[in-house]
Amino acid sequence: MKEIKVLGTGCAKCTKTVEVISKIANELNINVQVIKETDPEVIMGYGVMSTPAVIIDEVNVHSGSIPHRKAIESWLRA
Amino acid sequence: MFEVFTDLATWLVVDVLGLSRTTKLGDALHFFIEDITKIFFLLLVMIYVIALIRASMNVERVRDYLAGKHKGIGYLLGSSFGAITPFCSCSSIPVFLGFTSAGIPVGITMSFLITSPLINEVAVLLLLSLLGWKFTILYVVVGMFVGILSGIFLDAIKAERWLQSFAAKALERGQNASSTTQSTQIESLSLRDRHAFAKNEMLEIFGRVWKWVIIGVGLGAALHGFVPEGWIQENLGNEQWWSVPSAVLLGIPLYSNATGVIPVMESLIKQGLPIGTTLAFCMSTVAASFPEFILLKQVMQWRLLVVLFVLLLVAFTLIGWIFNYLTPFI
Repeated sequence: MKEIKVLGTGCAKCTKTVEVISKIANELNINVQVIKETDPEVIMGYGVMSTPAVIIDEVNVHSGSIPHRKAIESWLRA
Repeated sequence: MFEVFTDLATWLVVDVLGLSRTTKLGDALHFFIEDITKIFFLLLVMIYVIALIRASMNVERVRDYLAGKHKGIGYLLGSSFGAITPFCSCSSIPVFLGFTSAGIPVGITMSFLITSPLINEVAVLLLLSLLGWKFTILYVVVGMFVGILSGIFLDAIKAERWLQSFAAKALERGQNASSTTQSTQIESLSLRDRHAFAKNEMLEIFGRVWKWVIIGVGLGAALHGFVPEGWIQENLGNEQWWSVPSAVLLGIPLYSNATGVIPVMESLIKQGLPIGTTLAFCMSTVAASFPEFILLKQVMQWRLLVVLFVLLLVAFTLIGWIFNYLTPFI
């Protein structure tokens, strides 16, 4: 199962990002685990400065905004 | 250039609603409609244009640029970038840590973070259109000064002692490894990318600030229509030395971004509140807020938070007094 982490200090956009990813995964019937990570120390560890950021299998694939549907679909299908 | 908005408001209030501008309600409503339409129009156009220009600017590039810069110029650069780099205040903590772990001194990082909410393109634009270029320049210069001097002060008292331990360690690591700065690859953007970015920014910023504008202009309109002319000048004018610190204290629990507070400033100044007092109130509302400080607790110890808070309050009070004193000479 894919593990997707959403990094963010708890702003509205970060919560929204988690929702959108979970929703699209559901639609595509792909089993993923979406984790919301709010600990600043962990966020720093990934070298992320613009939140929300998306980490898949420990790789930073996106940061700074709510990702677009197309991008999310491609990550999930990969 | 902006008469069209006055005409629109007059038409709506007088012709459509049948209210006279000499009544309190009519006058307040006219002010409200004129300001709202003007500000919304300006916001949409200008955010788009500015975003088009600065599409390739982001905090990562600022960090790479600031890392390893000499301290003397670092504060000025930190503050300047704070004024022009867009970032959401909810990103303050990651930005703070990102800068810190790149070995950038706490003072320079704070110059960036303090200036950022005070000065942004939306605020400058609103100031220009509502209060004129003199006041705008004044505001920008003062805002940057607060950022720069606070940064110098924080480094002078060795503020890094009072970071949370993981942040302090990151700073130390960053400073020791400062020769190996990782650089973000610079992507060149096509016009289409820029348009997409600008459109996105426009919708997003507008979506975030429109309610603040309505609240701000609403308060401004209420002040304009219902507070008797001369009342503010008599009771909160230059004569009363305590009006500036009171304005600063009053601004703390009030939390707004610059976009919301500027229309209120406009009415306060038109009602005769001294410029210094208005500036102090506005800056305190925008830059010293409890929610932000509670967020900063994650990376700073209480002692540093208190120092920072007092520093800002003293700075805003001094600004207020100095400007009230200087007003006759401007």
